[in-house]
Amino acid sequence: MNIRFKFMKYRKIASLISISLFIISVLSLGLRGLSLGLDFSGGTLIEVSYESPVSLESIRNSLEENGYPDSQVVNFGTNLDVLIKVADQSGNSSVGEQIFNILNNQETTIELKRVEFVGPQVGDELRDQGGLGMVVALFMILMYVAFRFQYKFALGAVTALAHDVVIILGLFSIFGWDFDLTVLAALLAVIGYSLNDTIVVSDRIRENFRTERVLEPIDLIDLSLNQTLGRTLVTSFTTLLVLFALFIFGGELIKGFSLALIIGVLIGTYSSIYVVANMLMSLTLTQDDLALPEPEGADFDGMP
Amino acid sequence: MNKFSIYQYLLILVILIVGSIYALPNLYPTQPSIQVAYTDSGRSADQSLLNDLENILEESNTEYEDIFLRENKIVIKFQDVDTQLSSKTVLQNALLDRVIIALFLEPATPQWLKDLGANPVKLGLDLSGGVHFLLEVDIDTAQQGRLELLLDTYRKSFKEDRIRFDKSSIKDLKLNFEFSDNESYNRGLKRFRDDSPVINGVQYIITEKPSSNLLMLEYSDIALREIRDYAVGQNLITLRNRVNELGVSEPIVQRQGSNRIVVQLPGVQDPTAAKKIIGKTANLEFRLEANTRTSPLRKEEFSFKENEFQTAFLEKAVVVSGDRVTNASTGFDESGFSQVNITLDMEGGRAIQKATSGNIGRRLGVLFVEQKTKSELVTNPEGKNVIEQTSYIEKKIISLATVQAVLGTSFRITGVGSPAEASELALLLRAGALAAPMKFVEERTVGPSLGKENIELGMKSIMIGFSLVVLFMIFYYRIFGLAANISLIINLVLITGIMSLLGASLTLPGMAGIVLTVGMAVDANVLIFSRIREELKEKDPQTAIRDGFSRAFVTIFDANVTTLITALILYIIGTGPVKGFAITLSIGIITSMFTAIMCTRAMVNLVYGNKNIQVLKI
Repeated sequence: MNIRFKFMKYRKIASLISISLFIISVLSLGLRGLSLGLDFSGGTLIEVSYESPVSLESIRNSLEENGYPDSQVVNFGTNLDVLIKVADQSGNSSVGEQIFNILNNQETTIELKRVEFVGPQVGDELRDQGGLGMVVALFMILMYVAFRFQYKFALGAVTALAHDVVIILGLFSIFGWDFDLTVLAALLAVIGYSLNDTIVVSDRIRENFRTERVLEPIDLIDLSLNQTLGRTLVTSFTTLLVLFALFIFGGELIKGFSLALIIGVLIGTYSSIYVVANMLMSLTLTQDDLALPEPEGADFDGMP
Repeated sequence: MNKFSIYQYLLILVILIVGSIYALPNLYPTQPSIQVAYTDSGRSADQSLLNDLENILEESNTEYEDIFLRENKIVIKFQDVDTQLSSKTVLQNALLDRVIIALFLEPATPQWLKDLGANPVKLGLDLSGGVHFLLEVDIDTAQQGRLELLLDTYRKSFKEDRIRFDKSSIKDLKLNFEFSDNESYNRGLKRFRDDSPVINGVQYIITEKPSSNLLMLEYSDIALREIRDYAVGQNLITLRNRVNELGVSEPIVQRQGSNRIVVQLPGVQDPTAAKKIIGKTANLEFRLEANTRTSPLRKEEFSFKENEFQTAFLEKAVVVSGDRVTNASTGFDESGFSQVNITLDMEGGRAIQKATSGNIGRRLGVLFVEQKTKSELVTNPEGKNVIEQTSYIEKKIISLATVQAVLGTSFRITGVGSPAEASELALLLRAGALAAPMKFVEERTVGPSLGKENIELGMKSIMIGFSLVVLFMIFYYRIFGLAANISLIINLVLITGIMSLLGASLTLPGMAGIVLTVGMAVDANVLIFSRIREELKEKDPQTAIRDGFSRAFVTIFDANVTTLITALILYIIGTGPVKGFAITLSIGIITSMFTAIMCTRAMVNLVYGNKNIQVLKI
């Protein structure tokens, strides 16, 4: 058999890396938390466009004078675009308007690009819904994979997904990147993508366990990983191609989204090789686990 | 081997043709147009309005391409944006507030495509520019209003039936009646119990305190649901009318969840003005003017809306409130003075009839109730200046007119001043019909320039991402790569066609979803091709092709179903733009499965099927 690369030889190191990344992420999420975007935190955001570059300090000062001491003022994309974020003012929906009026009075003409106001209640709801959605997604996938494959694969797949999601969240927490609805969407897309990878690998492992009776489980897994490696790399590569196009040319609004996906594709590719296979090894997957049901008198065990 | 039957080719062809037809309208440019409708939303545009418009446009030498009646509006198409803008001014000046004029871009879809129901993809607010509001209806206030009416009814009926009580009040959304003796208590209790049943249960929850002769009454869940549905339904109607007055071509006003309303106004250039009209938390109260016999406890003093210093006393009892007003319009009386015609619903008509019979000659006042906020600059404990907002309710008289006859469901107010003042009053009356106050809980405004920018950025990323993938596939898989690329193009066409067919909105994250689909769609092909490569090591080319496709199918299916599950969940929990992402992702998954498995196979079969191939390059 042609096993070019012995993946499983490095499984201990990979576990160590995965577990430490996971722990660091959980710690950061617990201690620092996420820098929640407007969708989840509630508050007001306003983006304006100036005709000539403007000093952020002067904007901050004039906002402070007019009663908005805690506003965040940053450039957005170019140095002509300015983004102002005001934390929640107990659900007052006219903050955006007032800020625009304050800035518009300063003898410079500005153009209003967007205003977003999210009431505190709506933010809380979106947060709960998002968390719930993630859990429901993981659970349904667990059920599907258990039904189509076997519970050991399902555990492997869900561990891989949880691993991916937590590490991406951890990176967003460590670097303080804004976590908004689009990033949540990206995270769910990552779940979909990473699962895609996982299933392709699992599918091949299942096939080899059924057909190759001479090899040890560890070699069978290595063989499967080698056989799918080409496809895994090509797909990851084309997906990364379009994601970089999106990251570079898609504009500021979906930077976070494409960033989360880029990280997700990288981690998802890694996890479908190491996390899933590692889990299968630890759960000692045997040929009997994947035996096809006897045509007569056999119990239904969830195999297709 | 490796041949499709004629039916399989036909099926693929039919799907391709249908997909292309529905994708086709997106290639036609849009044309600057305006939409004209009567201000009175009950009246449909007709031939006479069309003639008027034609005459006005001809008199001002404005060139237009087409004018026609569609649904209850008139559509006029122009060559360019300048004529569109100038003729809007011309028409508005000539017709004043008789009509509402909205600017929009009419897609130049040919008639035969329209007949097939093919339209261009709708753009989400982040691409078209516009505003999105989420409003929450304050149910507690609606409930309080109902309780006040109920309190009044019971007070009257207990008095008539000699059921004696010492105190009656509303506390914490509960009606409190403290009866004078045990007998009255029991009769009161019986009355409440008799009144409570409705078709599907009881509407009151009664708390009994016999020791202190106290009865407390609150609404049951059934009654509360009814109150909520009524308030939200009524507010929806009012909001639709207000939105109509804004002149937006394709507004969306929808209920969301139990007590929220979504308003989307694509293409609105001035969000502040839109918000002012939408967010007017106004209501109306019709009350009789107090006369000399009215006890001081039953009257209240109000000032007039136009003149702060002029005041009048009105009775405390409300005859009819604004949610009973179904329409208000302006007109002229017999001597040519402006008047306002008011129409009430049946219940309102009965109430006003009862109140005005026996009161002819007295004056009837209309109070305009507005929820306002006051901003103040205050210094907080940390010594910083912050804006503090307090909301309060302001009631002002907008009309005080003598009752000439017993009034019914429709009546008029005369002596309202100039035509402009009359139309202002009619607008206030119409807009005042809110059953319960609302507040903004979410607002997203996208300026028109940002919308355009987003479209450009989205298109650019799709193009670049697409080209990179296409180049790579050709380089890596040669002829098979070419087949995969053709599949990819078909995939894009199908996504566009299905988006148009479903009438789903395209958003910026939605475009990102398409980009992502392009990247992931080749996955299915890559799976198949690498499988064929493997099979080639042991088998002849034809068998390798066949087994490659069939073995990869199971994997592709499993992988895509799970992605579809996540996309579905995303659709359920997401709002607006994110929903757009879920839609394009789901459609993309389905179409990419079809193109990779069916279309690529068809092409491979056409090239290699039934031939004797010695070497297969892949």
